[in-house]
Formats: sequence, C-alpha cells, structure tokens
Amino acid sequence: MKKKSIEHIIALSNDLRWEIGDDFHDGLAEGIYADASEIANTAISTNTIKRRFRLDSKIDKIVTSKFWGFPIMFLILGVILWLTIIGANYPSSMLANLLLDNIHPALKSLATSIGMPWWLDGFLIDGVYLAVAWVIAVMLPPMAIFFPLFTLLEDFGYLPRVAFNMDYLFKKSGAHGKQALTMSMGFGCNAAGVVATRIIDSPRERLIAIITNNFSLCNGRWPTQILIATIFIGAVVPDSFSSIASLSAVIGIAILGIFFMFFVSWALTKTVLKGEISTFNLELPPYRPPRFWKTIYTSLIDRTVIVLWRAIIFAAPAGAVIWLISNIYIGNESIASWTIHSLDGFGFLLGLNGVILLAYVVAIPANEIVIPTILMLTVLTSGIVGGEGAGVMFELDSVNATGDILRTGGWTLLTAINLMLFSLLHNPCSTTIYTIYKETKSVKWTTVASILPVIMGLVITFLVAQIWRLF
Amino acid sequence: MEKKGNSACDTCVHFNAKGLKKLGVNTLNFDFVVALAGNPNTGKSTVFNALTGLRQHTGNWPGKTVTRAEGAFEYNSQKFKLVDLPGTYSLLSTSQDEEVARNFILFGKPDVTVIVVDASRLERNLNLVLQILEITNKAVLCLNLMDEAKRSSISIDERTLARNLGIPVVPTSARFNKGIPELIQTINEVATGKIICKPHQIKNVPVNIEKAIKNLSAEIKKQFPIIPNSRWIAFRLLEGDTHIIEALRKGELV
Repeated sequence: MKKKSIEHIIALSNDLRWEIGDDFHDGLAEGIYADASEIANTAISTNTIKRRFRLDSKIDKIVTSKFWGFPIMFLILGVILWLTIIGANYPSSMLANLLLDNIHPALKSLATSIGMPWWLDGFLIDGVYLAVAWVIAVMLPPMAIFFPLFTLLEDFGYLPRVAFNMDYLFKKSGAHGKQALTMSMGFGCNAAGVVATRIIDSPRERLIAIITNNFSLCNGRWPTQILIATIFIGAVVPDSFSSIASLSAVIGIAILGIFFMFFVSWALTKTVLKGEISTFNLELPPYRPPRFWKTIYTSLIDRTVIVLWRAIIFAAPAGAVIWLISNIYIGNESIASWTIHSLDGFGFLLGLNGVILLAYVVAIPANEIVIPTILMLTVLTSGIVGGEGAGVMFELDSVNATGDILRTGGWTLLTAINLMLFSLLHNPCSTTIYTIYKETKSVKWTTVASILPVIMGLVITFLVAQIWRLF
Repeated sequence: MEKKGNSACDTCVHFNAKGLKKLGVNTLNFDFVVALAGNPNTGKSTVFNALTGLRQHTGNWPGKTVTRAEGAFEYNSQKFKLVDLPGTYSLLSTSQDEEVARNFILFGKPDVTVIVVDASRLERNLNLVLQILEITNKAVLCLNLMDEAKRSSISIDERTLARNLGIPVVPTSARFNKGIPELIQTINEVATGKIICKPHQIKNVPVNIEKAIKNLSAEIKKQFPIIPNSRWIAFRLLEGDTHIIEALRKGELV
C-alpha cells in the first residue's frame, strides 16, 4: 500500500516535471535569489563607504597581480623558511645537548649499574631511545616555528590568493584550480593534503590531486632538505652567502616539486585520466588579522604535537630495527653492512649510495627519520669511531659535525643534490599511503600514487648522476 | 578559551558558569542534536569551538571543514551534541562536502539547525538559509562576523530579519566569544520548544512552478502527514534528484 503511494508520488513528480519543462532549476534558483535580496534589503542598512573592502581589494590587486603575484609568493615562502632555518638552530642544539649528551650517558650508566644485559641495553637505549631523542631534537624546533607561521598565514587569508594565482597553471595542466589549496595543505602534511581534496567535486580531478599531492614537500622532508642544503650547498659558496644559497636550494626543490605536480597532472590528463575541466567559483575571503597567541597555541598543540607524536611512534621501532640489523651478524658482516654493500653499486648509478637507499627502506613509515638513519648507517659502514659502537644513532651537536661524518662516508655535492631530489621524489610515507587508500578505496590508484614518484625519483637521480659525471 | 565577561548575559540567570559546561568530544547520552550549517568561511568552526571548548583547527579559507566534526556542551543540565557540517553555498548540487551537509540536515534530523552566516555578506548567504528553512522548521540564524560588518559600516536590523525569516536571529562575533551565551540560550529555547519557528517559504517562484510544487507537496502530505519538509521534497522530486527518489522509496525521509 505504502509502496504504491510512493510510486504514485514519483509518477506525479515525473508528470509535473514534464509539464514545467527545463526551467525548473533556474526558476527555483531565481526565486531564492529574489527572496534573499528582498529580505536582505529590508534588514540591511549600509553607510555609504565600504572602506575596509577597498583596502582588501587593494591588497588583492597586488598579491594576485600577474607581475607581483608569484614573486610575493616565493618571498613569503622564503621568509618563512629562513626564519625556520635560522630560528631552529639554537633550540635544536640545546635539545641535542640535553637528550643526547646528558640523558643518554645517564641512561647508559643506569643500565650498567642495574646489570642490564648488553643486548637489552643496546636495543632499548641505543636503538629506541636514541631514535626518539634524535627525532625530537631535529624535528621539534623547525616544526614549532614553521607550523605557527604557516597557520598565521592561513588565518590571515593568504591561501585562497595562492590558489587564485596558480589557478591558471592548474587549468593549463588539466587539473582543478582548487588543487592549489590541497597542494598548500600538502606542504604541511601530505596526508592532510589528501584529505583536503574532498573539496574537489569531480572524481577525476580529485584523483589527480590525490596522486600528485606527494610532490608538495611535506613537513617530514623539510628538515632533510634544510639540513643537507645547509651542509653541502651552503659550503660551496663564501660564508656570507651560505644561508642565502642553502635557502635558494631548498626553495628550488620546492618549486621543482610544484613543477612535477603540474607535469604529472598534465601527463595524467593526457593519458589515463582524460576529461573535462570543471569550473568553480573561488571566493577570496576578507583578510582577517589572525588572533596571534591563539593561533600560536592551537597550531602548536594541534599540529606540532600531533605530527611529532606520530614521528616518535614510528621512530621508536625504526630505531630498534636499525640497532638489530647492525648487530645481527651473518658470517662476519652485519645485516646492515651486507645490505649497504650490495646496494652500493645501484646507489652509485643514481649518484647516491647504499646507505641512503637502505635508510629509505627503513624509513618507509616516516620521512622524518631518514636523516638520523642515514647518519647512523654512515657511521657504521665508514668505521668512524663514534664512541658508542654499532647501531647507535650518532649524536651531532652541530651541523659541521654532521657534514664531517657525511664527507668521511664519501659524500660529495652530487650525493647531496641527489639526496634532495630523491627526498622530493619517492613514495609517500605509510600514513599518506593509507590515507590515499581510505580516500580512493582503490588498490590500483593507491599503488600508482605510491610507485609513480619512486620511479620518477630513480629516473631523475640517474640522469642527474650521469650528466654530472660527464663534466 | 575561557569565557570573558564581555556580555550582558553573563550576569543573567539564564546564563552563568554553572549553566554551561563545555564537554569537548564527549558526545554520549545527549538530549538534543544541533547541526551547524552555513556558507564556507563564515566561521562555523569558530562557533563550534566556542560552544564545545574544542580546538578544531580553523582557517581563513573556504572549504576548511570537509568532514563533519562532532562535539558537545551541556546547558542547564541538558546535553547538546553539536555537529559541524562542511560549508556549502547551496544544497542543490552533488559534491561530497555538500552531500555531507545536506544528508545530515535531511536524514540526521537535528533538533536545531544553527545557520551561521557572514553578516557582511548577508544577501549571498541567505540563499543557503532559505534552502535550509525549507527542510527544517527548527533553526537559529547565527549572524556571525558582526565585528567585520561593523567595520565595513553595515548595520543589520536583527528583528526585521528574524520576523522575515521566521526564526530567531542572534548576532555574534565568535572569534571574540561575543554573543555566544545568547546563542546557547536561543538554541536551548528552540530545542525545548519554548520558541516556535515559522520558517520563511520561498515565494518568488514562477506561477507554474509554484503550482506544481503545491500540487506535489499536497500529495506528499496526504500520504505522509507527519513529514515536515514536503515542499523541499517536492523541489527535489521536480528536479529529478535520484538520491531523494531512492530515499523516498526506502522510507528514509519520514
């Protein structure tokens, strides 16, 4: 009975729709608009001049202008990175001093005094504890500076302007203009960027945004870029220019990432993901002075601590694994050194080395721990006496010490450049891969999104290495 | 996130420190469900945070909230579950964020829907308001960003607006916790039935369309006397919305 009445209603609606013809949607929309304007007009009274809107549109005219838009964008990014690089130095070395130079020996002597067996003490203190301590010392300061600055910019209302500037480029590459927003989120965290793609209506364009989000250099990779650029790129120019040089190198890598994002988007739309480009309205919100302290507080709590916590969770087991593979011997070689030696040849082809490749395998769970892992493994294979023995993540009180270790390990400028490139172009971290799967519900696209960047990374580093060696 | 004494209502019997308890994410055993809807970038998440004491990240760009966030608060020993919906310009399209919002208002049957609007862009925001008022008859208009409206010399006669829309209107500046106590009290009064809304119905529709809507909506009412939003279902049926047809067949709308 009920079913019948429902079908009756549906049938009636079909008849009526037929009667009205095509203009139902428009007729209704116009009705809504007319009502809205009537109601608004009876309730609103405006005092002639809208001064603040004028200021807004003046700012917009500059920051979204064809000429100034991009330079201003890079300038802002540059200033934020510069503050991060400069500002993170001191707290980083203080934390390293505290966690690595003071607490670590204290823990070691405590372990000895309670008679802990060497393997347990090594596994827990030299493996797990040191990995965690390293991640905190290296990551906390830059994050605590970068995230609040980024959030302030976001609250101010600058991100939609970035989207506005880049809209044209995204359109050209066949993607959705809103991808500029998800890209910006990706600079904080790729997993967050992937979730943010929900604002894109068309499934095709959303998929493109998801697959290419990994080309946004994420927070886990900024420190790697910054550190390597400071050590190697900064060193080839006179001292007074070194911070500018390393800064430009990092920004260069970020821009290269954006370029790859366009390129891959374009390639996808030309091959497997063909389709119409959808249009959309982008509302440029008014600039709002951010509530400074509140923003600082929430970005510290919400972002920094959460990301750091995730890093720690992944670093602890990775530290354990590193200690294990460096201390379990097959014949008279540890697993780690055996793997490194067998990967060295392949690594050489790519202008990298076995250590870096192994580090990336160990660090699949989290990008953040790549550098600590590389350092530890370098110390292990190059036989530098670090005082701690095999499998101990090395402590570094200064950038120079890190550089010394890497150079002793046979690193050159090429290794550094290729590491920076490879750090940009490799698989997303496990959290992001899982997020991609949750969002796409497709094994196929998750695989594509995970494998594609690695292949590109291998190809690019290979080419760079070959060309470099020609000269 | 403490409440500052910047409102006359702080001394009012209806609002005092004991009356309001921010419950954060504890959404168990609630008495009422409150939905937060509105255009993108009108400060829904900020209102959400002010009510629940949570710190959902807010950002000055449209589309910040893509999933719905839930939180709770307690007022006069009644628990309210608050659902922050993604911002949308209308409820007539099919992107994922719009569907989240639309489905919740339609199928989640919130006890109160708080529609957050940008006071300095009222006319544009009203498009969504009018659509929501066709779906639900328990709504509160939160006239947010009053500080910005004031700065751009826009003044709004809240009473006229409330009369024309047929729902209570509360001016707020959620970023500065202004108007939040009044908002809570109004939500409470609508939820408990102290305030009865008579929501505005869309008027300026061409005659032939209006006739079809009346015809269809009368038929729907005849078959389902308890359905509150027969007019809106008629809109969607005339539009040929397959989701709604499906939902009607499955009996999810009643």
